[in-house]
Amino acid sequence: MRGKEAARRSVSGSHDIVVVGGGNAGLCAAITAAEAGARVLLLEGAPKPYRGGNSRHTRNFRCMHDGPLSVLEESYDEEEYYDDLLKVTGGKTDEALARLVIRSSQDCLPWMQDHGIHFQPSLSGTLSLGRTNAFFLGGGKALVNAYYRTAQRLGVEVKYDAQATHLELEGDQITRLDYTCHNERVQISPKAVIVAAGGFQANIDWLVRAWGPAAQNFLIRGTPYNTGVVLKNLLDQGAAPVGDPTQCHAVAIDGRAPKFDGGIVTRLDCVVYSIVVNKDADRFYDEGEDVWPKRYAIWGRLVAAQPDQVAYSIIDATSLDLFMPSVFPPVKADTIEELARELGLPEAKLRATVDQYNQACRGNAEFRPTELDGLATQGLTPAKTNWARPIAVPPFYGYSLRPGVTFTYLGLKVDENARTMTETGPIKNLWAAGETMAGSILGQGYLAGFGMTIGTVFGRIAGREAAAYVS
Amino acid sequence: MLADLVKEARRQVEICNACRYCEGYCAVFPAISRARAFSDGDIIQLASLCHNCRGCYYACQYTEPHEFAVNVPKALAEVQQASWQDYALPKPFAAAFQRSGVAIAASVAAGFALIFWAMKALGENAGGEGFYAVLSHSAMVVIFAPAFLLPLFSLALSLRHYWRAVGGGPVRLSDLSAALRAAANMKNLSGGHEEGCNFEDEDRYSNARRWRHQMVMYGFLLCFASTCSATFMHYALHMPAPYGALSLPKLLGVPGGILLSIGTLAMAQLKLKADRALASASVWGGEMGFILLLFFVSTSGLVLYALADSAALPVLLAVHLGSVLAFFLITPYSKMAHGFYRLLALVKDAQALRLQQEKRPS
Repeated sequence: MRGKEAARRSVSGSHDIVVVGGGNAGLCAAITAAEAGARVLLLEGAPKPYRGGNSRHTRNFRCMHDGPLSVLEESYDEEEYYDDLLKVTGGKTDEALARLVIRSSQDCLPWMQDHGIHFQPSLSGTLSLGRTNAFFLGGGKALVNAYYRTAQRLGVEVKYDAQATHLELEGDQITRLDYTCHNERVQISPKAVIVAAGGFQANIDWLVRAWGPAAQNFLIRGTPYNTGVVLKNLLDQGAAPVGDPTQCHAVAIDGRAPKFDGGIVTRLDCVVYSIVVNKDADRFYDEGEDVWPKRYAIWGRLVAAQPDQVAYSIIDATSLDLFMPSVFPPVKADTIEELARELGLPEAKLRATVDQYNQACRGNAEFRPTELDGLATQGLTPAKTNWARPIAVPPFYGYSLRPGVTFTYLGLKVDENARTMTETGPIKNLWAAGETMAGSILGQGYLAGFGMTIGTVFGRIAGREAAAYVS
Repeated sequence: MLADLVKEARRQVEICNACRYCEGYCAVFPAISRARAFSDGDIIQLASLCHNCRGCYYACQYTEPHEFAVNVPKALAEVQQASWQDYALPKPFAAAFQRSGVAIAASVAAGFALIFWAMKALGENAGGEGFYAVLSHSAMVVIFAPAFLLPLFSLALSLRHYWRAVGGGPVRLSDLSAALRAAANMKNLSGGHEEGCNFEDEDRYSNARRWRHQMVMYGFLLCFASTCSATFMHYALHMPAPYGALSLPKLLGVPGGILLSIGTLAMAQLKLKADRALASASVWGGEMGFILLLFFVSTSGLVLYALADSAALPVLLAVHLGSVLAFFLITPYSKMAHGFYRLLALVKDAQALRLQQEKRPS
C-alpha cells in the first residue's frame, strides 16, 4: 500500500493542488491543504540549502493576544495592532483584510506550535518587541525546517530547484502550469494553484525599471530567488495588481554586505549616534530625528538618493558600544583625516564637516542613548536633533552604508478568501499568500514581524480554500 | 594551529553576535551576547561550553554555500580539541589518543600485556580469595594507584591551565551547583525546548543523544561509586573482596555496568549516523575508540562478575583489568577529559552570568 501510494504521488499531474513557493506562506498553505486531504505538490525555486525564500531570514511573528500567550506577555489587542499598522502605512492598507490578519494571528500561534514551531522570549537587543512579537527559536530557517518536516510527514511532495515559469489563465481559470526542474521542462494541470512566490526584489533589471538606474547599486537583503517571474506572468495575463509598482522597502545596511542574502547581520544601528556623510563628505539628513527602530526604514531611501547610492556613518570611541555589533568590523583610525583616507572620502572636507558639526554640539541636555534626549546641534543645517555629541575621542570608526532592499510592494490582489482577482472578477482556482499579495495590507512602510503574520494567516486561508475547492 | 582555529571561530562567533537568532538553544549563544569582543580565552571557553548539539547549524542562514560559511559546531569543536591538546601533559599523548582509535586499542593491548605479566610474575604467591587468588590486592594497588593518580595529576595541571586561559575567577558554591545541575540534566542538549538536539538526522530534534549520554554518565558514576565503596570497605571496614550480590559495590556496580554497556553501544550507534562535517573530523576515530573502550571496560566487568567461578577467570580478569588500566592512563588525553573541561566551562559560564547579574542595578 505504501509503495503504491508513493508511486501515485510521484506521477506528475496527479496532484490536486500545486503550491508555487516554499517559504512560510507556501508551507502553511501546503500543510493546511494536505491536512484537509488534498494531494499537494510544492515547488520550491531554490535548491534545498536555500529553501524558504525570505522566511529563512525572519525571526518573529507579530501576534495579537488578549492576555499572556506562549512567550508573549500582557496583551496586544486588535485596535493597538491596527493603530501600529496605520502608523507605518500612513493609511495605505485594506482595512478589512488587515483586520482579518490581525484577528486571525491569535489562533495562528498555537497552530504554529502544533506544527513544529518553537518560540523563545525576545532576543537580547530587541526588548521593544517583547510584548508584540513572538520570536522563533533559532529564527526563520528553523521555522522553515520544521514546516518542511511537517509537510513531508503529511505527504506533501516537495521539489527543489523547481521554478514555475508560466500559469496559463483561460477565462477565469488556470488550466496549466509550466515549471522547470533541474533543466527539465514540465507541464501539469492541477485542479488548483496557490502562488506564494514572494515579490520581485531580487530581479535587478525589474528594480531598475521600477525605481531608476540607482537601483543597480542596491543590495538585496534576502533570497536571490524572488525574481517575480510568476507575479509578472500573472499580471501580464490580466491578474489585478495591488501595491505601488515603483516602490520597495529599503533600509541602510553595511555597504560591504554581499549582493544577496546578507540578512540580519548586515544591519547597522549606529546611525543615530553618528554623523552620516555622502561620498563628498557632506551631511544630508538629521541623523537624530527619532529612535532608530522608528527611523531605520527611511535611511535606505535617503542613501539611495545620494551620489553612487553610498554613505558613511562616522562615530568616535564613545559610541562604539552603544549599538548591536554587526558582521563587519568598522574601519578604524586615530585621526579624522586617516579615517577619510581609509574610507575613500576627501580628507579636508570630512575634517571640515566634522569640525563644523562639533562646533554646533553646544546642547546642554544630558546624553541618554536609549531615548530622545533633545541633545541637539545649534545653528547647523541639517541639524542633528538628538544625541548630538562631538566626534572627538579617538579612535574614530566608519561604516559604509548602502540601501538594502527587503521586499517590493507590487503584488496580486486577493479577496478575504485569498482568491486572486482580475478586473472582471475572481480567478476560480488561483489563490495567493505571503509577500506576493501583502501589498494589499502593507501598502507602505514596514511593521516588524507582520510579513510572517500575513503569510501565515493567508497561507492557511489559501490552503483551506484550495482544498475545499478540489474536494 | 590553535591560533588559526581560534581566529576562524572568532570570525564565526562575531557573525553570531550580530544575529543572535540562536540564543534559545544553549549556553553558548547567551555567552556570546554578553561580549562584544572575543579574546582567545573567550573563544576557548565558548568551545568547551559547546556540546555539539548542532541546533544552531541547522537554524543558520549563513551555512555553506553561503559565502559566510558558518559552521559553529565544527569551528568550536576544532578549537576545543586543539586547546585541550595544547593543555595536555605530555602533549604528544593527547595528539595520539584524541585522534586515533588505533592508539587507544594499542593502549588496551599494552594494558592486557602488563596485567598478564604481573599475574605471571606476582600471581604465584598471591594467596588471596577470588580475584586476589590470581593477582594479589597489593599487586593491584601497586599497578593501579599510580595509574589512577598520575593521570589525574596531569589532568589537574591541564585544567588549571584552562581555567587561567579563560579568566576564571574565585568559584562560589552557587556557580558550582549551577554547573552541576546543567551537567546532571544535560540542559545544553535539550535544544531549549526539551525536544533535544539535531545530532543524527539533520534538523529533526531528538533526545536520543541526551538520554544515551545520561546512561553513559550515570552508568560511569555508579561504577565509580562502586569502586569507591569497595575501597572504603576494604580499608576502613577491613572487609576485603569478593563481595556478595547484595553488597554496596555490587548494588552500585552491576546496574552501573549495565547502563554503561548499553549507553556506550547506543552512543556509538548514534555517532555512526551523525554528520561528521559538523564536528572535528580529525578526532572521530579517537572518540569512537574511547566509546568502545568504555563499552569494553563495562562489559568485561559484567562478564567477569557473571563468570567469577569459572576457569576463565584469570583471562577475564586480565582482559578487564587491562582495559581499566588503559582507560585510567589515557583519561587526560582521551574523550574522557571532556567531562572535566565541560564542567569547568559550565562553572565559568555560571560565574560570568552571576557577575553580569551582580553588575546590573536592581
